[in-house]
Amino acid sequence: MTSLKKLLLGEQGLVVIFAIAFAIVALTVPNFLTERNMLGLLQSVVTIGIVACTMMFCLASRDFDLSVGSTVAFSGMVAVMASNASGSIIIGLLAALLCGGAVGLVNGVVIARFRINALITTLATMQIVRGLALIASDGRAVGINDPGFYQLALSKFLGIPTPICVMAVFFIIFGFVLNRTVFGKNTLAIGGNPEASRLAGVNVSNMRIWIFALQGLVCAVAGVLLASRITSGQPNAATGLELSVISACVLGGVSLAGGRAAMTGVIVGVLIMGIAENVMNLLNIQAFYQYVVRGLILLLAVLLDNLRSAAAGRRT
Amino acid sequence: MQDFLEFKAISKGYPGVQALADVSFSVKKGAVHGLMGENGAGKSTLIRVLSGDQSADTGEIRIDGQLQHYRSVRDAFDAGVIVIHQELQLVPELTVAENLWLGRFPGKAGVIDRSRLVGVVKEKLAEIGIDIDPTAKVASLSIGERQMVEIAKAVMADARVIALDEPTSSLSSRESEILFTLIDRLRAQGKVILYVSHRLDEIFRLCDSLTVLRDGKLAAHHPEIAQITREQIIAEMVGREISNIWGFRPRERGAVRLEVKDLAGRKLRTPISFSVRQGEILGFFGLIGAGRSEMARLVYGADSRSQGTVSVDGATVTPDSPPHSIRSGIVLCPEDRKFDGIVQGRNIEENMAISSRRHFSPFGILQPKKEAELADRFIAKLRVRTPSRKQEIVNLSGGNQQKVILGRWLSEQGVKVLIIDEPTRGIDVGAKSEIYEILYELAGQGMAIVVISSELPEVMGITDRIMVMCQGRVAADIERADFDERRILAAALPDVANASELPNQQVQSR
Repeated sequence: MTSLKKLLLGEQGLVVIFAIAFAIVALTVPNFLTERNMLGLLQSVVTIGIVACTMMFCLASRDFDLSVGSTVAFSGMVAVMASNASGSIIIGLLAALLCGGAVGLVNGVVIARFRINALITTLATMQIVRGLALIASDGRAVGINDPGFYQLALSKFLGIPTPICVMAVFFIIFGFVLNRTVFGKNTLAIGGNPEASRLAGVNVSNMRIWIFALQGLVCAVAGVLLASRITSGQPNAATGLELSVISACVLGGVSLAGGRAAMTGVIVGVLIMGIAENVMNLLNIQAFYQYVVRGLILLLAVLLDNLRSAAAGRRT
Repeated sequence: MQDFLEFKAISKGYPGVQALADVSFSVKKGAVHGLMGENGAGKSTLIRVLSGDQSADTGEIRIDGQLQHYRSVRDAFDAGVIVIHQELQLVPELTVAENLWLGRFPGKAGVIDRSRLVGVVKEKLAEIGIDIDPTAKVASLSIGERQMVEIAKAVMADARVIALDEPTSSLSSRESEILFTLIDRLRAQGKVILYVSHRLDEIFRLCDSLTVLRDGKLAAHHPEIAQITREQIIAEMVGREISNIWGFRPRERGAVRLEVKDLAGRKLRTPISFSVRQGEILGFFGLIGAGRSEMARLVYGADSRSQGTVSVDGATVTPDSPPHSIRSGIVLCPEDRKFDGIVQGRNIEENMAISSRRHFSPFGILQPKKEAELADRFIAKLRVRTPSRKQEIVNLSGGNQQKVILGRWLSEQGVKVLIIDEPTRGIDVGAKSEIYEILYELAGQGMAIVVISSELPEVMGITDRIMVMCQGRVAADIERADFDERRILAAALPDVANASELPNQQVQSR
């Protein structure tokens, strides 16, 4: 193998490709490498980025969650309505976390205890939860009464918008959880071989419930930030989010067959999605083409991943 | 007769390992040729090279004098070489006939000619003496029958060279005997059979000639098997003499450690009771399907109980789940290492620490240093052969994987009961005696050990007491002093159990 091939197909291949792509884009696309554009880019991937943290756990343990988009919309909705009704943002936030966590918990219990396929279960809850969001708001957007709520998205911390900071903190926390805690290792073990993990004393069904419950909670955080940014609770917000999030994870080298995941990969996956969209916007490419390009990027990434595991297989 | 299959100076290296180095030997037409060696000796690599799955770095393979240049399994198949792996390659939802025709169904314009589909298969099966209904679904067949179908598939494809990789590892002795008769018939038809096995009995029963590999090199080639002895082969495999592979040592037995009372579950309906003392090694023997593994899974809580209790040192283990069993000191090394034991895609260290890390991970936060120490300690203690603790577990041989799983449990403090199901299945002679040594040492420290095995010499060789199971119930309970091969086998055979109530009386008489 030539050294270039080795570099591209090695452990850090994706990061290398990302760095090269980033450099090319920065040099050729006008207005790309400006502070304003960079922050805008990061703002645009906050929802995907935050949800991808726990989706990574879900996929790594051989599960699947299609209900994230609906949960984001629903919990955003709940946050707005509860804070409007109670006049307290805190209560709104807690209500959102509660609802998001509850959706995740239901997913987890149905999947782990009643042994229903995760795809089917979350396909069902995806529709149920979207329906609940629509029922609660009667299908209309609900405006935020308390301007303090906007501050969640508008405020800055050290000159960086709060949502971006939240995303960064989540990346750090979940990266730590994945690599440095028993929870993370057990997640990967379950994905690698569920039965062997169970016999080795890992409480597999509890783990799966926890993973889904966490996913719900994290969706609620994303939902609140999204509602704050769009200044209202929108029952139709974040449609199709589940597919973007799963795409970002797969781009980042998370195996759909379970057992393989890395936080850096997922971060890169999220950024690639964001950059592709951002560049196409800067170049005034029509939105319709963007779908095609996003699909192509995903396909390419999966092909690359395939090549990489084939190369790894030859090495061992 | 001339040499039909020739290997000439085959070498194959992987990074860090020379899997095969300059291996040459040849096999005559119409011969069954044994291929033996410890795990990691290079048998599997040689079979892979022969099957076209991997290509050799140097060297050549000739079949009937013709140099083979195949680059894929398909090319090898076309050249008449078929390898039958331990994991069978059949589609369970299709019928036997459909499986045999898979890839080249007879018929016109995509419409299958059903009478030919079944008819030809019927003929072929009769020709090689396999008594299986061609219209039966493969899913309904036993493992032994599936193996027959796999061989029939090779015959259908006009294979000239058939390699069998440990074909009897999951067969009962009766099924094995049927397989041997089939192999005899293939030999008579002039096929070349390459037979990989760990079992010397089988090698002597079947083979005309034998090759022994050790560390990727040719250790010995015997064109005539009649001239060699068992001891000689074992010595060639391990490179040293092993006089007594069991190495049994009597031990003191203490108080009752594990007490199982009236235990039953969905897969083991007849309640079972037994106890194991400190320092005792209790063997469970029986044919496949006798309920031994089901019993082990119930005791460990891997399957849920419908009744009965399990207690350790007088304390009842409840509820029935692996985490609770582990906390009470019961651990299980499962029968099927690949599916129930190792976590694929993870390295040795992670496979070892998966359970015991909870003891030294405050608030669930890992301590990489401690995990590394733990892994290194048990790699050294159990003599796991690996370049490093970071090695992926799937790259280890069966014996070393088993040691890693033992390490997983030994790193738990306070294990009191070790249940080990088929401790040495697919493990070579050298590693076998190492594993027995570990078991003796643990028993010597007061652990109660339950060994489940379908190899009678093994159970008789290493245990203090044997419980024989037959059709889901205990048929006999025999102390070491009374070990008698015929008595144990008689108790294990279902016909005997059905014919009279004798086995139950044996239990009561104890």
